[in-house]
Order: sequence, then structure tokens, then C-alpha cells
Amino acid sequence: MYRYDEFDHAFVAARVSQFRDQVERRLSGDISEEAFKPLRLMNGVYLQLHAYMLRVAVPYGTLNSRQMRKLGHIARIYDRGYGHFTTRQNIQFNWPALSDIPAILEELAEVEMHAIQTSGNCIRNVTADHFAGAAADEVADPRPYAEILRQWSSVHPEFSYLPRKFKIAVTAAERDRAAIQVHDIGLQLKKDAQGRLGFAVWIGGGQGRTPLLAKKIKDFLPEADLLSYVTAIMRVYNLHGRRDNKFKARIKILVHETGVEKLTQEIDAEWAQLKDGALKLPEADVAAINAYFAPPELAPRAEGWGELAAWQKSDSGFASWVGRNVAPHRHPDYAMVTISLKPIGGIPGDASADQMDAVARLAQEFGHDQIRVTHEQNLVLPHVALADLEPLYRALLTDGLATANAGLITDIIACPGLDYCALANARSIPVAQEISNRFADPARQADIGDLKIKISGCINACGHHHVGHIGILGVEKKGEELYQISLGGSGDENASIGQITGRGFGPDQITDAIETIVATYLANRTGADEPFIDCYRRIGADPFKAALYGSEAQAA
Amino acid sequence: MTTASFKTKVLTANRLTDGISVWLGANGEWVFSLKDAFLARHDEAVAALTAAGDQAQADNRVVDVSVIEIEETPCGPRPYRLRERIRADGPTIAYAPAAAARASEAA
Ligand code: HEM
Ligand code: SF4
Repeated sequence: MYRYDEFDHAFVAARVSQFRDQVERRLSGDISEEAFKPLRLMNGVYLQLHAYMLRVAVPYGTLNSRQMRKLGHIARIYDRGYGHFTTRQNIQFNWPALSDIPAILEELAEVEMHAIQTSGNCIRNVTADHFAGAAADEVADPRPYAEILRQWSSVHPEFSYLPRKFKIAVTAAERDRAAIQVHDIGLQLKKDAQGRLGFAVWIGGGQGRTPLLAKKIKDFLPEADLLSYVTAIMRVYNLHGRRDNKFKARIKILVHETGVEKLTQEIDAEWAQLKDGALKLPEADVAAINAYFAPPELAPRAEGWGELAAWQKSDSGFASWVGRNVAPHRHPDYAMVTISLKPIGGIPGDASADQMDAVARLAQEFGHDQIRVTHEQNLVLPHVALADLEPLYRALLTDGLATANAGLITDIIACPGLDYCALANARSIPVAQEISNRFADPARQADIGDLKIKISGCINACGHHHVGHIGILGVEKKGEELYQISLGGSGDENASIGQITGRGFGPDQITDAIETIVATYLANRTGADEPFIDCYRRIGADPFKAALYGSEAQAA
Repeated sequence: MTTASFKTKVLTANRLTDGISVWLGANGEWVFSLKDAFLARHDEAVAALTAAGDQAQADNRVVDVSVIEIEETPCGPRPYRLRERIRADGPTIAYAPAAAARASEAA
């Protein structure tokens, strides 16, 4: 398992004490908000509607139980008893007092966590497939490369003041669970014909007000060239990315305006200078970092096969939970378990301090001490023996963590929206809650099948609405909340940006509109084996528009 | 004087130490409830609010100071914008399951 190195320890400790000093000076009035704001943002501290918010980085979504317990402790002692897991695999605390934040950061440092580079125009937390290191379908664990990128990008002097924030995602399977095509750089770890590791490199994806899918600029970048090539991309972006207009400053705009061919030529020219220099990754270094991520010793537990079948037969609740929330592991006697943070009618991504403690305890007992945060705002125990699934399920049930809805219509992504966020135009959470309640019936959910609803409270798209099969965007019109629907988005290997259906719906109409869309899908699908997104791609938007807007749509 | 088009205003901000929403009260102190806010019913009063806000910001007691428009209702002041209503009333959702559960256990 990865451990902080000496540098990280010393650096984080210095940063915490520096921030403690800055907070003290701010509270005593020695520095103005104008001077302080950039300093607090550098340490993950935002101001929301009702309080400060602290965003804590969870590098590539990986936590151990000690860290999870610490997050629960922070929620309990310094916050209001809960935290919010985000689409960037981070956690946000919604109520910390500014005066407590240095103490929180000290506590986090005890478990090798921090809030550095969770804000600002730097390279942000590198995200990865939440099944990394366990998935049956990956070529290798992508996290060592995410870690190499993290170390390289941490307080990188050249890349700390980029034109805009910069997000990198890494996956290592054909099935993209890290949404790499909507990141500034997306990396897919793969093997060439000789079995050597390397990356397909994508650039210029992003959401926000101008959603664009990334373009693939390299089909196979040898592993050793990772840092030199990424540096070349960063340099070209740093030089040419627009600093005159915040809305045009992301690399996606540069790719769009310059054209991917021309930009690739510039990147290659820059790379030629760097390729054989100091940034070449030595095999020994890669091996050393890989060793941090060595998988746990998984003893054979073949008895699980028979037990699992028997339990499934005797308990239908358990059986449907296994059907939805348990995925195949590399090791045949083990499985990857998704812990849903989407209870029916609940707040997507929120976990109470007690639930965090419970997950920490269960990870120790059944999960080799490993926990992952998913970009879909759930948690994962990546290494659970089939033989332990039943007791794990029982324990999750008592803590309200056994909702069997991974990937279903109630597994909704929602940003904090106007209930918390100072940038929001409309609420997201109550919309998610109402949809969840409306579709609560497990049989109905199962019948509808895979369907991803994603909700953002403004065009910044923190709730990934552009890549929702059904995306919902909150806007403000004449002082009222209004929700625009888009259909056909997807954040996986067949990524697509959703298309807006037409005029928006008020808060009291939006759930009915979702019903209408679902009914249209059910009426048009070829069968239960044609999921929503496939059906939409086959029949197009028109039947949905006709159902939503009736004759209005035909007139338009 | 109040004219037909004039909308009553209050001064709001977030407290420096913890970011909690506050409103300027009639006694010149920051209060935690919009109900207790000083209502500026004419331009001179609004000017006084703005001046008080600038001063408080300069004194480093609050951040994000702004003058907002409210409607005077029998139940007290009601901001026109939903954003400000949510700032006044808190999140519209039952957001703290653990705290709520503990409170009911303690009771
Ligand atoms: C107070 C809280 C937040 C603020 C102020 C904020 C601000 C922003 C802004 C301004 C953007 C647009 C950036 C751009 O287009 O260049 C953005 C994008 C994004 N944020 Fe947030 N955000 C907040 C909370 C969150 C939360 C809770 C999540 C996860 C649930 C999140 C995840 C994202 C993601 C995934 C994007 C899209 C990345 C992209 O632009 O391609 N943010 N955020
Ligand atoms: S999408 Fe908008 S409303 Fe939602 S968290 Fe992001 S900035 Fe706030």
C-alpha cells in the first residue's frame, strides 16, 4: 500500500503550520479577505452560503480504515456529524469553523491526508477507476501512475498558476469507470502487442458551460514517457491556454480553437526536447511505487461459492444486493462491493460520522483495510471474500448502507446545489430525493435497469449532468428554479454529451417529466435487455420530446 | 420616503470566524436571524447599511457583505431571491442524519 514519503510529511506539516499562522492573522484582522481568500483556497477552504466548506483530497479515491475513521471523527467533532463524498472522489465538510480548520488539517496530516491542490488553477486531485487494483478486467493497477502524477504535480512550480484548473483521470480497463473522456487529460493504461505497458492519451475533455469530449492524441505512449509527455502537454497549454477569459481558459477550448492536429504537433515538438531527459521514468522507480500498491494477500476462500448460492436462495434482499452491488474480482473467490450512499430519499454522497466508522470497521473486518470513493458518490470495498458477503451485508443493513441500487435509477449523482453552494442557481438535492422516492420500488427499479441520472445546480456541472443518461441542470428563470433536461449523455468508454430536450420544468414538474421519459423508454425498448442508453441511441430524441411536450414539440 | 417601486433592504454577510449567515440588526450588531434584521425602508437608510457593511468588512468581523431586497410580510421579512431565503432558513433538506439521531437518542 502507498505510504507518504518523507517529503510529503515535511511538506504537509509545514503547510499546516503556515496556514495556522495565516488563519490567526486573518482572525485577528491583520490580513484582509482579499489577501486571505487565495490562501484559504490553496488549502481547500471555500465559503458557501451558510458556512465555510473544507474539501479534503482523497488521492485516486483510495482510503484505509484509519483514514476513514479520521474523516468520521472530523465530521463528528468539527462538523455537524456528516460529510459529502463528491464526483471528484473527494470529501467535503460543509460546516467547519475557520478557526478550527488548522486543527482539522493537523488531524488529517496524522493520517497522511490534506486539502492541498483541491482548489485553484493547478493540477487537481488525480482520479482513477474506483475498482483499481481489484477489477477482473484491468491490465494493471492504474493507481501507481496516478501516484506518480500526484508526486510530480504536487506544488510543481511551473504548473501552479495555469490558465485554469487541470484535472487528470486514469483507468486501466476497456470499460471506463473514471470518465477519462471528460477530463483535461485522460489516460488509459493498456498493453501493446509485446505486452509492454503504456497509455492511450486523451486531451481536452471537460464539462462546465462548454461540454466537450476529449480527443485521443496518442494510441500508445510507453510507460517510461508518461511524465515527459504530460509535461509537454502542460507546457503547450500553459503557453497558449487563454488567460483573458476564464470561461475559455480550460485546455478543452484550446484544443477546440487550435485544432487537435496542430496542437498535437506542438506537443510532439515539445516532447522531442524532453523525452530522453530527466523526466524519463526509471523502471526502478515505477517498481518502487508499484510495491506501495501491492495487492493484499488473498487466501483461497473457495467455500464462498456454495455459501453464496445458498444465501441468495434463502434471502431475496441479499440476492438483489449481490446482483446490483457486487462485481467480479480478479480473484475468483473474492468480489468488489459497492456501498451505496444513495438510500431511498437520501442525500446523494452524504455519509454520517457513524456510517464512516461503520465502513472503516467493516473494511478492517472483511475488506483487507481498503476503501474506495467512487466518482458516482458511493464507496467501495474492493477485496471481499464471497464467503464474507453475507455477514457484510447484515452489518451494512443495520447502518443503512445496504441499498441495492448501484447503477439503477435511484443511484443519482447530485451536486450540493442551492442548499449549500454559493454559485448555484437551483437546488439539486431535493430533486434527487423526490426522484428517488418516486422510483423507490425495487421491482420497478430492476425492471427499468441501468439508468444514470445526474443533477447539477448550475452550469459548472459538478454533478456531471452533461454525461447523465438523463441529465438535469438547475437554472434560475425570473427568480424561480427551473430544470433543463438532457438525454443521451454518457461518461464511459462510449462517452457522449447529452442533448437538451427543450424548455425546462419547474420543481413540481421535474419528477413527472422523468416518469414520462422512463415510460417512453419502457414502451420503446426492444426488451429488458436493451438498456435506456442503447434504446435512446437507437430511437433518438424525438419520441421523448413528443412525450414531454406533445404537440408543442411537433410545432417546434 | 417609501415609494411604490422601492423595495425594503437588509444587510447580510457571513461571520468571519465560522462563515455563519448574519444580518445587521437595528442596534448595529450582527444578528443570527433575518427576523431581527434592521429594515432599510428608504435610500438614506440603505446608504447607512452600506456604510456599516463596508466598515464591518474593513474591521474583519464579516465577509461577503451584501444588501438584499426583501418583502415585508406578516411573518417577517422574506427575501425575494430563493438563494437568500435558503441563507436565512438553512438548507431545505434534513441534512444531518447522525446529529439528528443522536439528539433523539439523548432526549
Ligand atoms: C462550493 C462548492 C463548489 C464550488 C465553488 C465549485 C466550483 C466549480 C466551478 C467554478 C466549476 C467549473 C470549472 C470550469 O468550467 O472551468 C466546477 C466544475 C466541477 N466541479 Fe465543482 N464546485 C463545488 C463543488 C463541487 C462538488 C461538491 C463536486 C462533486 C460532487 C464538484 C465537482 C466538479 C466537477 C466534476 C466539475 C466539472 C469539471 C469540468 O469542468 O470538466 N464540485 N466546480
Ligand atoms: S454545479 Fe454549480 S451548484 Fe452544483 S456544486 Fe457546482 S458550482 Fe455549485
